[in-house]
Amino acid sequence: MIIKHSHTTIYVTDQDRAKAFYTEKLGFEVRDDVRMGTFRWLTVAPKTQPDGCLILFALEAGPMMDAEACAALRTLLDKGVLGVGVLQADDCHRTYQELKERGVQFASAPKEMPYGIEAMFRDDSGNFWSLCERKA
Amino acid sequence: MARSLSPAVLARLVRARDRLHDAPAAAPTVAALAADVRLSRAHFLRSFALVFGVTPHAYLTSLRLDLAKRALARGASVTEACFDVGFSSLGSFSSLFAREVGVAPRDWQRRVRTVLPSAELWPAIWIPACFLIQHAPSTFGEALLGPRGVGQAS
Repeated sequence: MIIKHSHTTIYVTDQDRAKAFYTEKLGFEVRDDVRMGTFRWLTVAPKTQPDGCLILFALEAGPMMDAEACAALRTLLDKGVLGVGVLQADDCHRTYQELKERGVQFASAPKEMPYGIEAMFRDDSGNFWSLCERKA
Repeated sequence: MARSLSPAVLARLVRARDRLHDAPAAAPTVAALAADVRLSRAHFLRSFALVFGVTPHAYLTSLRLDLAKRALARGASVTEACFDVGFSSLGSFSSLFAREVGVAPRDWQRRVRTVLPSAELWPAIWIPACFLIQHAPSTFGEALLGPRGVGQAS
C-alpha cells in the first residue's frame, strides 16, 4: 500500500529564478538546496505542509534527457501548456490578490467551480498551476 | 482542517513554527511561542496540531532529530550531534534516536558513511537515489550501486 506522495518533479528553466519565484512570490520555503558538482537538488514546499515537496529540477540536457527532448519540453513550457497540479488556498480570492500584487501572472481570475473556487497562474518557467479553495 | 482557520491565525502559526526553525537548539517554550503570536496556550496547541499534524514539542523533536542526522552524516560525534541541536541528555537522545530511526546514532552514522564515503557526497543523503543515479551517474553511480572500495566514489 502506498501511503503518501512525497516528491514531485517540476522542470524549471532557471533554478535561481525558480527559487526566488516559489519563495518570494508564492511564499514557499526551501527544504533542500544542495549542490554537488553540476547537480543541484533544490526542493521547496508550502510552509504549512511539513511532509511533501516540489523538486525544482533544472531543465538541462544530461544523462537522462538528450538535447532534443530538453528542447521539446522547453517548447511546451514556453507555450504554457504543461499543468503541474493544484495548490490549495485557504481563501482563493485573497490569495489571488496577494500573489498578483507580488507579480504572479494569472491566466484566469478566481471562478466558482463545482468543487470550489479556482484561479490559474503560471510560474516563471511556464508551468501552470491551479490555485483552488475547495468546497467542504 | 487547516482551512477552517483564518488566514491571520494560519500566518501566526507559521511564524511560531519559523521560530522553532530559527533556533532549534534554544527553542522558546510553548507558553512563550503562544504569547509571541498572541494566541492562548490551548488555542495555540490545538491549532498548531491541526495545521502541522503534530504538537509543537513533537515538531521540534523531529526537527532536532533531522538536524542531528545531518550532523552525524557530516561526521560529528554522537555527543556533538546531541548537544548541538539542543538535546540535553546523551542517554535520552540515543534512546529517542534509536526509537524513532530504528538504529542507534553511531550505527546510523556508520551506515550512512559506508554508502556515502566521501565528505563531498554527504549532502546526498536526503536525495532519493533514483535522481542521483539518473542525473549524476558519474558521481553517484558507484557510491549508491555498490562501491568497489570505500573512498573511490569521489
